[in-house]
Amino acid sequence: MGMAAAESQFHVLAVDDSLFDRKLIERLLQKSSCQVTTVESGYKALEFLGLRQGIESNDPTALSPSPQEVEVNLIITDYCMPGMTGYDLLKRVKESSAFKNIPVVIMSSENVPARISRCLEEGAEEFFLKPVRLADLNKLKPHMMKTKLKNQKFEAIENPSNDENGTAAAGEPEIKDSVEMGIKILPIQSEPEPKQVLLHVVQQEEQTPSNNKRKSMEEGLSTDRPRPRLEGIATAV
Amino acid sequence: MDALVAQLQMQYRNYTASLYQQGFLDDQFTELKKLQDDASPDFVAEVLSLFFEDCVKLIGNMARALDQTGTVDFSQVGASVHQLKGSSSSVGAKRVKGLCVTFKEYCEANNYEGCVRCLQQIDIEYKALKTKLQDMFNLEKQIVQAGGKVPQVDN
Repeated sequence: MGMAAAESQFHVLAVDDSLFDRKLIERLLQKSSCQVTTVESGYKALEFLGLRQGIESNDPTALSPSPQEVEVNLIITDYCMPGMTGYDLLKRVKESSAFKNIPVVIMSSENVPARISRCLEEGAEEFFLKPVRLADLNKLKPHMMKTKLKNQKFEAIENPSNDENGTAAAGEPEIKDSVEMGIKILPIQSEPEPKQVLLHVVQQEEQTPSNNKRKSMEEGLSTDRPRPRLEGIATAV
Repeated sequence: MDALVAQLQMQYRNYTASLYQQGFLDDQFTELKKLQDDASPDFVAEVLSLFFEDCVKLIGNMARALDQTGTVDFSQVGASVHQLKGSSSSVGAKRVKGLCVTFKEYCEANNYEGCVRCLQQIDIEYKALKTKLQDMFNLEKQIVQAGGKVPQVDN
């Protein structure tokens, strides 16, 4: 599927109900060398991610593409949207076990301090005032790198012979905070075969019975999962 | 040929600079131009075209909302003004945006006459901007046709 090629670019999901603003943010992101998908509502965004209303992606009957095929490194959303606001979308994403680690950025044309702090408290990485500029998007690179590097470190752990720097996205600047690797896991986003996932999870003790089943002497890999629900998501291939 | 190009380029520079000086455009327009490149050579024109379509649509909404015989729904007017304020701000249409700010205040104050005045002014203003920008684009075309490059003008 050309995974290597796809992984060298950041993929951003942009959400805005205004066609005009979607066009703008799309161009801004493209100019910042990102792959962009634009959608017009929070609902469409959740659909794209694979989360239907109230249905987590561990539903094997869900029609949307499996999360593994859709790697999203960042979600950028307008705040004021009819139906589901950007804040609502933020909450849904952060409440989802599969996607809570995707950084979310909120945009708004209004400078309302209470609104800004509410979003940041709920887990938004940044809050941009519109009109958004190229310089603003440069702030996002570290956030997206975090997600990307976690995924790639993942593969590096699995294949210890690979040089870790070699798996970093070509042409992307080095980031300093690479130390947090290996603690959190994101098995969904880049692993086509979750059962081969090796986790250097220091603190986690939880194991579900079916994980134990999958421990294979030949593979010599452990499949410790910190959160039982991930197990279910992994099977929704 | 070169003399013609040079002359056109100077005309273009002066004209564009004047648009900034007279407050038609602000630095957000400069930001828009940064987004135009070989991959998206008509980006500015496309965005402006969307903006002017928005103007027609939203001004129409405002006019209809203000035309209610009986009570005017100022929040409805305000919603359209808010949208126009957003897009004018994103495009760098400084005067239109300024008028939207005033317009919004009149809506919030339920000031009917103030709203009607603003509506008339916005109508005039966006049309004036449209004409000016068309002149600017025409100059760009002439420069390119004469074999020259369009100079960067950042107010």
